[in-house]
Order: sequence, then structure tokens, then C-alpha cells
Amino acid sequence: MSIVLSNISKNFGDFSALHDIDLEIPEGELVALLGPSGCGKTTLLRIIAGLEQTDKGQILLNGEDKTQHHVSQRGIGFVFQHYALFRHMTVFDNVAFGMRVKDKKVRPSESEIAKKTHALLELVQLDWLHNRFPDQLSGGQRQRIALARALAVEPSVLLLDEPFGALDASVRKDLRQWLRNLHHELNVTSIFVTHDQEEAMEVASQVVVLNKGRIEQQGSPADIYDYPANAFVSKFIGQTNEFQLSHFSTDWFDKVGLSISKEVTKDSIAHVRPHDIEITKTTNDTPVTLKDWQHLGALIRIELTKNLPSGKSKAVFAEMPNEQFKRLQLSRGDKVDLKIRHAHWFH
Amino acid sequence: MSQSRIMPAFRPTISFTLLYLSLVVLIPLSTLVFKSFQLSFDDYLNIITNKRVVAAFRVSFGTALGAAVIASFFGFIVAWVLTRYTFSGKRFFHALIDLPFALPTAVAGIVLATIFQPSGMLGKFLKTNFDLQIGFKPAGIVVALIFISIPFVVRTVEPVLQEFDSRMEEAASSLGATRWQVFTKIIFPNIFPALLTGFALSFARGVGEYGSVIFIAGNLPYVSEIVPLLIITKLEQYDMPGATAIALTMLVISFVLLLFINLLQHWVRKRSGQL
Repeated sequence: MSIVLSNISKNFGDFSALHDIDLEIPEGELVALLGPSGCGKTTLLRIIAGLEQTDKGQILLNGEDKTQHHVSQRGIGFVFQHYALFRHMTVFDNVAFGMRVKDKKVRPSESEIAKKTHALLELVQLDWLHNRFPDQLSGGQRQRIALARALAVEPSVLLLDEPFGALDASVRKDLRQWLRNLHHELNVTSIFVTHDQEEAMEVASQVVVLNKGRIEQQGSPADIYDYPANAFVSKFIGQTNEFQLSHFSTDWFDKVGLSISKEVTKDSIAHVRPHDIEITKTTNDTPVTLKDWQHLGALIRIELTKNLPSGKSKAVFAEMPNEQFKRLQLSRGDKVDLKIRHAHWFH
Repeated sequence: MSQSRIMPAFRPTISFTLLYLSLVVLIPLSTLVFKSFQLSFDDYLNIITNKRVVAAFRVSFGTALGAAVIASFFGFIVAWVLTRYTFSGKRFFHALIDLPFALPTAVAGIVLATIFQPSGMLGKFLKTNFDLQIGFKPAGIVVALIFISIPFVVRTVEPVLQEFDSRMEEAASSLGATRWQVFTKIIFPNIFPALLTGFALSFARGVGEYGSVIFIAGNLPYVSEIVPLLIITKLEQYDMPGATAIALTMLVISFVLLLFINLLQHWVRKRSGQL
């Protein structure tokens, strides 16, 4: 295990940011700490780094207890959301910094430092900018320099705080791909913090979902999506429709193909992903009406309204491929039948 | 000039600036130059190479330089404490820093002279314990100038320290830098241009200071007599040309020194990518 956290808790005054976090991260993984803002994910990352002290618990990095070590002694690389490049130094000096501040006994010679710095700049494809100052670079370039600078000290663990948070959408997409490839190449255990579930799913090999200072679930992106541990995870990872049993008749659940097992109680809620809802045009007397739809590229997002026995109506979202939707030849106001292929019940 | 600018008010603002500079700075100072042209060059040289005058120049510039260095050092520490830490009475300290700005300098001079003179509270203590005399010595002038110029340093360095991105420090630490390395390699280089401005301001203020100095200096010719006092003395003797000659020389030296500090600042900023 490359990183082992046991019993980590942190309070800021009366506010409890983290409660009893236990987490194990195997060597070489690329882990996303995912959660809504204020869930404690950045605090947890800063505690692993040593930029913040934990109130209790233990932090083991590569088997060594580093709980009491200063950030400079932990052998980590940290990449900040807003880069935190040294603005009074050139790109080259920024990357070389970590090697130059080493103790004289272990410090490489200036020519070795130069060689390694250029190699790192080439790794992030920015060697041609080595003479520039950070203020002269774009956001994406700065983030890559920040990464090169963190890698210069050959950290055993790489920690990234919302690494793409300050970048615009197209740059972010490129950098995600690039980070995944880079991780594949270097294989250094990495943790990055994000509030964007799509980013976590796309980049990470393991996702840790946090909420209100607790870990809700840890697993591969597929696990988390297909088998959410609780209602929070299900709602946070991708879109979901919620059907509370008490709001619908059991007949209706039967009709749409949702089997109700024995554990289901009056308060149980079925979570259904939009792509697990199938719709067909009908002339039957059905309580579901097609309200509107939006194009999301390859998919169509369909907005339906379902009249409830209570007299109110509920919005239901379904998704299907473009072509399939065209074949149905639906128009606004049409009555439709629903078929639910799959649901997660939370009690 | 005909193409449109983003800021359209260039012409009125530059006109106003030039008008202001002429009325308030250039015209009075050029009168100084014209007045001293009433002297022949030999007379001028005679006046300013007079031993007493040379000694006064040495005292004035020497003490101003010394005071600016010391004020920069301590001013930096004060600014550091005021921005980095929270402690009770911080607001009170803040107000205290600006006091020398508001206090009539003569009052400061009299107060400092009273406690630092050999029979004064601190003066006696230093004399008996360290055999050190501050009052009526150039050291006294330095003390008065530090008092006057420390707010300049604090108030120029403080905003820059406040805006300093502490993530840079964290980044440096995470790369293995010791606290001392973080200070010398990250914090100080970012603060240095502002510190240099504070230094220049306090030096300029120190060279021209009169009110607070004359009470503590003792004003002994060749020892603790400052140039501004010498100018006043000449004026009181109706020696107008002599006064202007000295004043002009002082003006030129100050201007050259400030220009040099400005260039140094430009060079520092350029080297650290701030231009």
C-alpha cells in the first residue's frame, strides 16, 4: 500500500471537516477524491501533503509513518489549483527549484540539474518556454509547468488539488487525457481532487466519493456508477430519476417493469438513470406525457411529465440515441409508455 | 495622437500633470538654479568645498543612508509582524505606526532629545551601562531619522506582503525547501522591489529632514551639523547666494541618488519578470 490513512479527523473551530477517514491507496493508482464543495476533499489532500495537520489518526506513505513530518520531509509532489508558480523565476528556475534547495550532500551538480530540468520540460512539451516567466504563460501551460516542478523532486506520491479547475473547457479536456497518459508513463501514485464527476470517471482508476467529511464509497469508476453504495453517491455520479414508492401506485411500478422486492418499504426510493428508461408511443390512457427534448450531441434528453395519484406531476428524464428517437416520431404532448430497465433501490 | 485610445483622457490629464509639476515643482526649483547662477563658478566651488559645508554634506547623507538602511530592516520586520500574525492590540499598533506622519517633527525632535541627552532617561542608561552617547552626536540624528522614516517602509512593504500568495510558500515547502530557503528564495525576492521603494522614500525624507534633527543633533559644526541647518544659517545671515549654492548641490546629489535607486528597482523588477 502506497498511502494508508487511518482515523483521520480534522476540525476547524466548531466545523468538523473530516471524521474518522480510513483510506488505503495501492501503489501506482490514479485516484480521484470526488465530492461537492465543502465536503473536505481538499482538506484531506492537504493533510496527506502535510500542509495541514490532522487532529488525530495516522498517515503512512510507503509504509512509513509520516504523520508528524513537515511537508518538506514527506517526499510528496503537490500541484495547486492556481498553479502557485514562483512568479519571480523563469520556467526553468521554477522546475529546477526542488533540486536546487536540496542539501549540499545530495544536491546534483548544476549541469545535472539543467539536464533533468530540460528533460522534464520536454515531458510536459514546454521546453521551448524555459526562459519565460509564469505571467507570460497561458493557464494550461502554467499547470503543466507546475506538474513538471512537482515531478522534479521524484515524489513517491503526487497530489493535485483541482488541477483543471481554473482552465477553460477545451483545455481541460486535453489536459485530462494528457494527465492519464502521463500517469501511465510514470506510474507514480497520484491523488487528485475534483468536484466534477465526469472528470473523475474519465481520468481516475479509482474514485473515492466524499460527502460531509466522510467517505461514501471507494471503487473503480465502473463500480461506483453501476453499484452506488447509497442515494448520495447515486445522485452525485451522473443523473438519476427518483421514484419514491409512497408517491406511486404499486400497479404502476409493475406496469413499467420495476419489480418490488421484499426489503422495499413505504419510504424506499428507486433511482433510475435516464438511459435506463425506454419510451414508446401509445394511444392508451397513460399518465405520462412528452414535454420537451434537448440534443446532447449523440444523445437526446427527453423531458417527460408523469401525473401522480396526488394530483401533482413529476418530471422524468430519459435519454436515448438520436437515431432511435427519430424513429419514434414523437412530438410534444404525445402520450408515452415507460419501461424501466434497471433501478437501484435505496431505503 | 489621432488614433483613439482606450483611456481617452490622455491630453487633459497630461496637461494637468505638466501644469502641476511646473507650478509646484519645476518653477520653484528653477528659481533656485537661477539664483545660484548669480555666483561665478569659482565662488560656487569655494562655497561648496568649504570644509564645514563638506562635513555637513557628509553628516546629512551619511545619517540619512544609515537611517534608511536601519529603518528598512526594522520596518520590514514590523510589516511582517503586522501582516503575518494576529495578536491582541494589533489595531492599536497599526495606528501607532502612522503617528510619526502626523506628529509635528519638532515635537518628535524635542521628545527624542529629552530622553537621549546625556542626562535624559535613556541617555543616562546608555552612558552608564554601555558608555554610549546618542544625543548631540550623529547617532542622535540617525535615531531621529529612523523615527521619521519607519512608517514609509512599513506602509510600502505591508500591502505587498499582504497580497503575497502564500501558496507559493507552500509550493516551495512541498519541494523540500527549508523555512529559511522559503524566506530567502521565495518571499524576500518578491518583497524586495517594495522594500527598495520604502528605502528610497525614507532616504529622501531623511536627507531633507530638519525639524526633528536639530534638537537632538547638537548642531556642532564638522560633527553633527546637517545641510538644511547650514542653509538656514546662511539665510539668516542674508547670504542668499551661499544658501542657494548649497541647496542646489544638495538637490543634484539627491536627484542622482534617487535616480540610481529607481534604476536599480527597474533592474530588479525586470530580472524577476515583474515588467
